[in-house]
Amino acid sequence: MRSKPITYTGWGRVAIATSDVYRPERQTALAALVADRPGPALGGLRSYGDACLNDEGTAIDMTRLDRVQSFDPETGRITVEGGVRLGDLSRWLAPRGWLPAVMPGTGFATVGGAIANDVHGKNHHNAGSFGQHVLEMDVITPKGAKTTGPDKLPELFKATVGGMGQTGVIARATLQLKAVKGDVMMVTERRVANWDEHIALLDASQATYTVGWIDATATGASLGRGILEEAETGAGLVPPAKKARRVPFDAPGFALSPPVVRLFNATYWRRVPARGRTVVKPITDFFFPLDKIHDWNRLYGKDGFHQFQCVVPLSEADALREMLEKIAKAGSASPLAVLKRMGPGRGGMMSFPMEGYTLAVDMPAAAAPTPGVMGELMAMTRMANGRIYLAKDALSDGEFIRAMYPDHAKWARIIAKHDPDGVMQTDLIRRLGLRSFS
Amino acid sequence: MSETWLILGASSAMGRALARSVSEGGASVLLAGRDLDDLRTHAADCTVRGAPIAEVIAFDARDPSGFNKIVTRAKATDGTLNIACFVGSMPPQEAIDADPGLIDGTVTDSFSGPAQLIQMLAPILEDRGSGTVVGVGSVAGDRGRIGNYVYGAAKAGFHTYLSGLRNRLTRAGAHVVTVKPGFVDTAMTWGIEGMFLVAPPEKVAQDILRAVKKRRNVIYTPFFWRYIMLIIRHIPEAIFKKMSI
Ligand SMILES: Cc1cc2nc3c(=O)[nH]c(=O)nc-3n(C[C@H](O)[C@H](O)[C@H](O)COP(=O)(O)OP(=O)(O)OC[C@H]3O[C@@H](n4cnc5c(N)ncnc54)[C@H](O)[C@@H]3O)c2cc1C
Repeated sequence: MRSKPITYTGWGRVAIATSDVYRPERQTALAALVADRPGPALGGLRSYGDACLNDEGTAIDMTRLDRVQSFDPETGRITVEGGVRLGDLSRWLAPRGWLPAVMPGTGFATVGGAIANDVHGKNHHNAGSFGQHVLEMDVITPKGAKTTGPDKLPELFKATVGGMGQTGVIARATLQLKAVKGDVMMVTERRVANWDEHIALLDASQATYTVGWIDATATGASLGRGILEEAETGAGLVPPAKKARRVPFDAPGFALSPPVVRLFNATYWRRVPARGRTVVKPITDFFFPLDKIHDWNRLYGKDGFHQFQCVVPLSEADALREMLEKIAKAGSASPLAVLKRMGPGRGGMMSFPMEGYTLAVDMPAAAAPTPGVMGELMAMTRMANGRIYLAKDALSDGEFIRAMYPDHAKWARIIAKHDPDGVMQTDLIRRLGLRSFS
Repeated sequence: MSETWLILGASSAMGRALARSVSEGGASVLLAGRDLDDLRTHAADCTVRGAPIAEVIAFDARDPSGFNKIVTRAKATDGTLNIACFVGSMPPQEAIDADPGLIDGTVTDSFSGPAQLIQMLAPILEDRGSGTVVGVGSVAGDRGRIGNYVYGAAKAGFHTYLSGLRNRLTRAGAHVVTVKPGFVDTAMTWGIEGMFLVAPPEKVAQDILRAVKKRRNVIYTPFFWRYIMLIIRHIPEAIFKKMSI
């Protein structure tokens, strides 16, 4: 099979790589590739940093292996190939009364990528992470194809879920879907005045889907203000989702400069009436609000952006507040900032989630304060016994990360059994030294 | 009324995209090709997407002994039978220069094998007085170029065959669409240097279905290849022979 040299980046466009990319269209071709020209799998390239890069190596683009193998409308079990995009799957499933149990904020993520990062969604507090809904999967490891599930080769399963592709390529997966009432979302939006109210509302929320948008530029008494979104699936008629648009060029630096962002955020906040409101939206608008603007990452200009995302235990909410204060003071945040309460659910040894609060904030890479602020935030996360999300990371330090993931050493030993030659390593794995046993 | 698409070369990226799209529209599909495992995977996908029937049939352009079985299965369908052919092979020209024996296989895959099967199937469409044959040729068949003139010659033969078949089937109320794709983003073109304006296979499938609906005779996909090829066809041979495009 022919490869194609491709230069590509993660979603944040801060890390770049050139790989010989193979793009198998058949399972037999995929198996042959992993045997002869092994390399890590690439999904939708929606990880922000270098999780999906393998500079000067080979890589396997999975997006042509995107077929549904079986679907049982009675039980909601579905078997798909690893390269299926979650957005395609959900557009197709919702009218049939089902949805993937967990969905990240972009429909361009693939099933393989969602397992490899054990992604979480707006329902993490009650549904747990993506990997917890995987019933079985076929993993093509450098030592051969294996079928694994929670009760079948459980060690391989726990190392693959959240395992960043290191056990091999996820060729197929069987998922337990979640029954839904229809293909629309009833969304209640509420203005939140400040941090304490935000935390209290997140703690009290009984909704299936709950997430807080934060105005990360607000300071002082307004620190932590935002909009709380609570949602349930429902049936009904809504106008069809708008056609996607595209950002045609890299935006100039001022597009997301601090005054613009401050103004935008304040307007966005006031858009929701003080007493709140309930709106009905197509499911894709609710789950994947940004997917309507293709290539929106270009809004940050050619230098790209970082996303800081951490989770801290419930008892460390104050530490998170301090982090937000630091971000707001530095004034380099973008409008994309999210606060959410997580439940304890996690599917694998290297999974990100833990019970607590997670904060995610985008920052333009070119803004002067960004690197310094990112460094401080990481140190604060560690002090708070929290964790950095590797799907978003491009900057952190290996020793730091290994300390945040207590099962790391055990995981690395299992990986060494399945990939003794290290052929599945990505730039992130090498940067953080995640194959080392300590 | 029920409709069935027999897709020859159904494991190709374009064949797959077409099968998916007609399944979503509620048609049945018969997926013909060599990699039966892969075809079974694709048949499952088609079933899930709405095809009332999605079956796999072995088809090897170089083995006519298997053709009768396909014809029998096609006869057993009800309603309209459509045929789409995505078969072809394009060994690098250097490989052919080194081993001219490869010409036979290229012509069989890209022209004579499928033509023989379509010839056997044509009476079914005539009897039913409906149905469309979609023959996928190539812009390479419009003019012989140094880079791939054997493949081009085979496709030129296929184009001429399709035009004759159209002349025949139209009398019975059936139809033939000749499709000339430019560069399509498939396993065949992946990693080849010098590709430009590469179209996704889904786009080609959409163009094909539109052409079938509108009973177009010859389409280029994406459409602008019509103009590119118009120019290329009109370059005088005295000049063309010195060019390397
Ligand atoms: C707008 C946006 C919103 C997001 N929101 C969320 C969110 O709410 N929650 C959340 O958890 N994440 C979120 N993310 C992050 C994203 O969901 C994850 O990075 C996810 O892993 C991306 O999937 P992908 O298919 O693009 O994988 P890639 O980024 O291409 O790859 C990620 C990792 O998965 C591995 N991989 C990919 N496919 C396979 C396979 N078939 N077999 C084995 N390994 C494979 C790769 O090797 C790599 O290690 C968001 C990202 C964006 C851009």
